[in-house]
Amino acid sequence: MIGGLFIYNHKGEVLTSRVYRDDIGRNAVDAFRVNVIHARQQVRSPVTNIARTSFFHVKRSNIWLAVVTKQNVNAAMVFEFLYKMCDVMASYFGKISEENIKNNFVLIYELLDEILDFGYPQNSETGSLKTFITQQGIKGQHQTKEEQSQITSQVTGQIGWRREGIKYRRNELFLDVLESVNLLMSPQGQVLSAHVSGRVVMKSYLSGMPECKFGMNDKIIIDKAGKGGVTNEAGKSTSGKQSIAIDDCTFNQCVRLSKFDSERSISFIPPDGEYELMRYRTTKDIILPFRVIPLVREVGRTKLEVKVVIKSNFKPSLLAQKIEVRIPTPLNTSGVQVICMKGKAKYKASENAIVWKIKRMAGMKESQISAEIELLPTNDKKKWARPPISMNFEVPFAPSGLKVRYLKVFESKLNYSDHDVIKWVRYIGRSGIYETRC
Amino acid sequence: MEWANQLCENRQFGSKMTDSKYFTTTKKGEIFELKAELNSDKKEKKKEAVKKVIASMTVGKDVSALFPDVVNCMQTDNLELKKLVYLYLMNYAKSQPDMAIMAVNTFVKDCEDPNPLIRALAVRTMGCIRVDKITEYLCEPLRKCLKDEDPYVRKTAAVCVAKLHDINAQLVEDQGFLDTLKDLISDSNPMVVANAVAALSEIAESHPNSNLLDLNPQSINKLLTALNECTEWGQIFILDCLANYTPRDDRESQSICERVTPRLSHANSAVVLSAVKVLMKFMEMLPKDLDYYGTLLKKLAPPLVTLLSAEPELQYVALRNINLIVQKRPEILKHEMKVFFVKYNDPIYVKLEKLDIMIRLASQANIAQVLAELKEYATEVDVDFVRKAVRAIGRCAIKVEQSAERCVSTLLDLIQTKVNYVVQEAIVVIKDIFRKYPNKYESVIATLCENLDSLDEPEARAAMIWIVGEYAERIDNADELLESFLEGFHDESTQVQLQLLTAIVKLFLKKPTETQELVQQVLSLATQDSDNPDLRDRGYIYWRLLSTDPVAAKEVVLAEKPLISEETDLIEPTLLEELICHIGTLASVYHKPPSAFVEGSRGVMHKRLPARTGSGEGTECPDVGNAAGGSAPEAAPSIIPSQGDLLGDLLNLDLAPPTTAGPTPSTSGMQMGGMDLLGGGLDSLLGGDIGGSPAMGAGFGAAPAVMPASLNAPVGGGLGDLFDLGGGVGMPMGAYIPPKTVWLPAMKAKGLEISGTFARRAGVIQMELVLTNKAMSVMTDFAIQFNRNSFGLAPAGPLQVLTPLGPNQTIEVSLPLSTVGPVMKMDPLNNLQVAVKNNIDVFYFSCQYPISMLFVEDGKMERQVFLATWKDIPNDNESQFQIQDCHLNSEAASNKLQGSNIFTIAKRTVEGQDMLYMSIKLSNGIWVLAELKVQAGNPNYTISLKCRAPEVSQCVFQCYEAVLKN
Repeated sequence: MIGGLFIYNHKGEVLTSRVYRDDIGRNAVDAFRVNVIHARQQVRSPVTNIARTSFFHVKRSNIWLAVVTKQNVNAAMVFEFLYKMCDVMASYFGKISEENIKNNFVLIYELLDEILDFGYPQNSETGSLKTFITQQGIKGQHQTKEEQSQITSQVTGQIGWRREGIKYRRNELFLDVLESVNLLMSPQGQVLSAHVSGRVVMKSYLSGMPECKFGMNDKIIIDKAGKGGVTNEAGKSTSGKQSIAIDDCTFNQCVRLSKFDSERSISFIPPDGEYELMRYRTTKDIILPFRVIPLVREVGRTKLEVKVVIKSNFKPSLLAQKIEVRIPTPLNTSGVQVICMKGKAKYKASENAIVWKIKRMAGMKESQISAEIELLPTNDKKKWARPPISMNFEVPFAPSGLKVRYLKVFESKLNYSDHDVIKWVRYIGRSGIYETRC
Repeated sequence: MEWANQLCENRQFGSKMTDSKYFTTTKKGEIFELKAELNSDKKEKKKEAVKKVIASMTVGKDVSALFPDVVNCMQTDNLELKKLVYLYLMNYAKSQPDMAIMAVNTFVKDCEDPNPLIRALAVRTMGCIRVDKITEYLCEPLRKCLKDEDPYVRKTAAVCVAKLHDINAQLVEDQGFLDTLKDLISDSNPMVVANAVAALSEIAESHPNSNLLDLNPQSINKLLTALNECTEWGQIFILDCLANYTPRDDRESQSICERVTPRLSHANSAVVLSAVKVLMKFMEMLPKDLDYYGTLLKKLAPPLVTLLSAEPELQYVALRNINLIVQKRPEILKHEMKVFFVKYNDPIYVKLEKLDIMIRLASQANIAQVLAELKEYATEVDVDFVRKAVRAIGRCAIKVEQSAERCVSTLLDLIQTKVNYVVQEAIVVIKDIFRKYPNKYESVIATLCENLDSLDEPEARAAMIWIVGEYAERIDNADELLESFLEGFHDESTQVQLQLLTAIVKLFLKKPTETQELVQQVLSLATQDSDNPDLRDRGYIYWRLLSTDPVAAKEVVLAEKPLISEETDLIEPTLLEELICHIGTLASVYHKPPSAFVEGSRGVMHKRLPARTGSGEGTECPDVGNAAGGSAPEAAPSIIPSQGDLLGDLLNLDLAPPTTAGPTPSTSGMQMGGMDLLGGGLDSLLGGDIGGSPAMGAGFGAAPAVMPASLNAPVGGGLGDLFDLGGGVGMPMGAYIPPKTVWLPAMKAKGLEISGTFARRAGVIQMELVLTNKAMSVMTDFAIQFNRNSFGLAPAGPLQVLTPLGPNQTIEVSLPLSTVGPVMKMDPLNNLQVAVKNNIDVFYFSCQYPISMLFVEDGKMERQVFLATWKDIPNDNESQFQIQDCHLNSEAASNKLQGSNIFTIAKRTVEGQDMLYMSIKLSNGIWVLAELKVQAGNPNYTISLKCRAPEVSQCVFQCYEAVLKN
């Protein structure tokens, strides 16, 4: 199991260290500093073995978090734990920075004591942790016996993510379908790979212990319903077209996985407040919001001509926002002249790229940029690697085509029904890695 | 007081509070000051002081001097202060065990606290204090906490048992905590179950044979129920534990799989990977024609792909595991090639792993896409990545025949870029392509030759040289090219030197007329001017081959090469099976078994996949045969040998031609010399510079180790033939005389070669020597001396070489030996160190004599004496051996043995089995009694040896074997 956890600043100074196992000595702290943080070469692996001791590390801004062990631990678990630890810390004191870590070192020790026992991850749900580990000292001494047992049963219980007795005057929930669409396109416009990774994020402000059921236009469910249903004939043409094939999805731990496996229905008791209900991935019939058409021409040894056209490919009534096209330039660029039809374009020497920004763009439009790049003559034989042109944007629809069909709320003990709950649904599609080779 | 108030205020504004000030105290009298503060009456001041202490501890300062003062702060109802003090205790208790006792009372009291959080905190901390005296006091509170009404306390106590076990395993067993822990598996609270499972799994790992976890269908059912309810971490513990279970049959296996598959949709990647592990393992037991088997295969792909959208570190872990899964079950991901395409900003470790998997998944269906990608990667910046991409193109050519042409042209394009490392890498893979598709792409050789000068890496140089040598007949200036390499011969790496040597010999065999000078040059460079034994030896082999039989040389050197296989870097099947059982863990990341990187007993136990037969017996720890059965259906693909193996190849080639091709005694000696190259290394080269070439050792001890098959296989290889030859030389029914072997090769003795053997003729031990002068000058004044040895062997007279030994002359000498020389025990027992002097120098070598030389003629014991002696010698001195593949009946065996003074005293037949009782007397009076069991129709004999000096048994057994098989 996990033998110890060290947190270092960028210089390799230890900010926090906690050792859980006897086989981990103090020298492990230095071994990691010397061999990884101060290593001359770039880190080639997130897992390092130094003298039969294994180190797992992740970096958050300037901070290194390292787990050390001498055993054959579950490596996936260690990384999941490190991410979780970062989440927990962030939810307690914001950004993970040297200053914040120093300011909260007592809190971090307390968390480390609670989240890991003998190197075994225990409860790491921020919601329940916050009921008994607080920044204002521990509540412990002021709690009544009932409160105490409520804490312990929540921490260890079946529904660890939600406490009983939550009350809201207005029962309300917000659903955000957040998608990031990824594309790799060849210079000729051939889709090399494309996929959407989406998340359904829910903010729930519901009283009691509500039972929820979430439905979307998942092809498998709709086909299933279509087969058994009566409205088969009429519904088929529309539902068949609108349903989407989900390659795979994963769920928050509140979702009953066995039920999803057998009936493909998504039912759960939601945590209170904001959380991620599910993640999914699709690869078929993706709406690619933009198409990038690059044209790079080398004019002699010291000049490059670049022309890039972008075309928006969605309903004209919708507006894309925060559009940014990043055109890489060679390292020996001496000057750039840019002309663009829309938005602003700048050559950023420090980033070796021309950055073209457009605030808004409606669907089915087209825009163009052309640039002349002056190059310094070099005798470097190696060719310029021509990194791909990348794009960023945000669109108000789900590129996967996912639609929320319903989210039903049942709470039998309290007197509110599904109709009384105010529900909001929003779709946001963002660019993930959206690249076109040139 | 004011300061304290201010501090309290600060606390209330939570966010403004800063702990960082604790890090900044670096005054001189710090410890002293802290001491005063710790003993302050004011609670707040105390707390602040403890915080400062902890801060100092964190940055590595030694604050152990404050131990008593900090422990004094423990008695408090302030939980935050208590936690800090506990933290301090965990760190320093070990260095101050006596002081730590002071804390015990508080712990015991806290374990009774009404607040479950405090009870749990106390038991959790106590387990972390690794002081024996404290552990004793821990038992009672722990026992109570294990049965606490509050699940939070129980789940903490469960882990505490594992802590205690780590400190004092015996105590845990004596106190019966293990049983209590087992009971917790049936606890109503899922987290308690999960922690109990984790604790038990860990304890069980250090007791590999205990049936601690006692997994049975009932307990498995409990675990599967808890699996649905517990935290993500608990699910991992349970799944990892489940993976150790072996279902009784395929139905149970399927039902567990069905209940585990929903976990594949969990948001936590570790849960997913652990579930994959269980499924991959249990799938082994499902019949392949089952519908469910196909369904399961289909279900595995999407979650594996989803893992690739996780954070990069997890992607890396996932990719390392997918690499294993793809090798074990390629069908799962065969349609998912695209997801492994490298993204421009993937971290390098992800890129390299993706590339690995792309090569494995490449097939005719997707090769076009793959190639386009690889070509793209070959222009990236990271050198390692580019190299791997180039290499991958070559792999594709070898794997998918239809694509070979395109791959070759892509590689040629890359060579045109003139980027040094790209060119070199391309040449290395083109060599393999040549081997795979002979007579197809040789037209590109010209292009390759243009790049000779830019090659500065050994592997690329070696590859190029190989190409030139292999296709010497097509390259007009092959001799010039090779000659140009030869100029800096001694600066080259071994790899290049060896390759160059072979290439020039090939060239010579192909164009003997023009290249005689060149080949002589390289042979002398390799044999005379080199310090590298591999190079020298290879040089000598070629030299002798070429000088004795050029036709044979051609057959050996230009032999047809074995086919190159399609897959590379495949993990060896048994290791792969073990790694599949470790999916998700470090072992799967390193691709090494846990024993390779874990110290001590943990994880040393090797895990295996269950066999497909659904029977329950022996599945916990299947034997070798069973495991082999499991892996048999997949034909093990052969693997391209790396450059380093070429020497091995070569030697194998040397042994391969059957000796029936006209063996004469002299060539037999040479063959044995060749074998020395194999065996020599195994026999100790006896301290000092007595670099002997123990021929006998090669024949008896070492050779079987090199070619284990030769003893078992009925068709004995070259080795068996050699023994036959040796037998032919000696007397048919007389004492066994081993064939002559080279004891001292000419190159070690300035041209004097000594080969020989030992014989016992008419009661006299004789050393029969053949001296050959391979030098240019005459040798005279021979003398011989032995070092002290186990049986006091010494020359009974001078070495009778009366005439001077001229160049290329050979003389046979017989040297009678006595057994009255000084005695010193040798290792091995029958080792003999010899010094031979002539007019040039003194030479040392060592050889091993068959101990049967020492079997005296009056070794027949009286029956009664035999019986009494047999009983008298303690059973500990008895050793048993197997003689395999001996096709003599007991009569013939007895006769044959008698020739070597092994006397049969009695014979008994029990149930078709002949028992021969025999006695042997050694020259120094040691008696050896033997019982030989011979069963009609069974070629394997069993022999039991009893002797008061059991050391000799091994040597005696060797003699039995040698005598019986000749």
